Amino acid sequence: MGPISSLPGFPEWLDLTIAFIIGIGFGYALEQAGFSSSRKLVGMFYGYDTTVIKVFFTAAIVALVGSQFLSYFGLLNMKNVFVNEYYITASIVGGVIMGAGFIMGGFCPGTGLSALSIGKIDALFFFVGGMLGAFLFAETFPYIQGIANGSFKGPVKINEVLGLSPGVFTLLLIVAAIAMFWIAEMAEKKFARPDITNQL
Amino acid sequence: MKKKYMNPYLAGTLLGLVLLLAMYLSGRGLGASGGIKYCVVSIVGNVSPQHAESSNYYSKYFEGGMSPLKNWLPIEVLGIIVGGFLSGALSKRLKFKLEKSPNISNRKRLIFAFSGGLLFVYGAQLARGCTSGAALSGMAVLSVAGFVTMAAIFGSAFLFAWFFRKNWI
Repeated sequence: MGPISSLPGFPEWLDLTIAFIIGIGFGYALEQAGFSSSRKLVGMFYGYDTTVIKVFFTAAIVALVGSQFLSYFGLLNMKNVFVNEYYITASIVGGVIMGAGFIMGGFCPGTGLSALSIGKIDALFFFVGGMLGAFLFAETFPYIQGIANGSFKGPVKINEVLGLSPGVFTLLLIVAAIAMFWIAEMAEKKFARPDITNQL
Repeated sequence: MKKKYMNPYLAGTLLGLVLLLAMYLSGRGLGASGGIKYCVVSIVGNVSPQHAESSNYYSKYFEGGMSPLKNWLPIEVLGIIVGGFLSGALSKRLKFKLEKSPNISNRKRLIFAFSGGLLFVYGAQLARGCTSGAALSGMAVLSVAGFVTMAAIFGSAFLFAWFFRKNWI
């Protein structure tokens, strides 16, 4: 039963090999989606290209539904899958800073790496800026611990907070995603701009 | 002639399957900013071992003589670059290029790219993950942190989009 890496005696080198292979799949999917282009990514926030929301929610739903099926058939023990811990202040403040970085830089870290891999020079600057950001965080950490560690809630799950089963919550999320995809398709028509594909 | 991008819903399905595979094989989600952090920690450890040892933040990554680069995330990040390169090669998109709106200068684009990267990864350290590690992977395990981070990133980007519209359109 998965996760495979939690089986007794599972060697570290194999887990790291898996990390490399997963990374290849991740980078391949991001680049194929067009996320190696900043002008395509930010199209999300001006309505002319909504690829971001389509890819993002489709991926989240595939993983959500897939993991629940694997768990239902006894193939995956969800108790051994990492659940992100919730620090209210840090999630919100960090998220707002990331949003500003997104619209200024045109990438998020993963998409920036995929753009860097095909030779985008702006992505190289984004990456070097990102390294400086991680360095500044480490150096300023003693002063911002209050924000970083404040209002800690543990690995809480959204369906439990709402009193729903994982399946019902997922179904509601799928309905919401379909509505968003529909709005996204409409937005692309409303805010359409001359095709820039050849400039990317 | 470079090939067209993949249909977004198909690319999303592919990305979701990669994430599902990470959950099944390693019991974790995808990440990107975390890998960048390990690289920085490793550089600091090499440039100034004293500084790394005396700081609570860095020292935990060197406990027991560990190498920060010998971790799941930095190796996965190396894979992202290989995977992106393969995709670019197969679709004939490999090219050194500075991508920007025709309305702004190269210099301005690079300054904004650098500043955006700085802010994004700083924020990601605070929120314990970026769009991949916190938002996407977090949502896939139904964590509240994932949904809140996702809403904060996209909400904030929509708000700030107005101020930076001249950079893009």
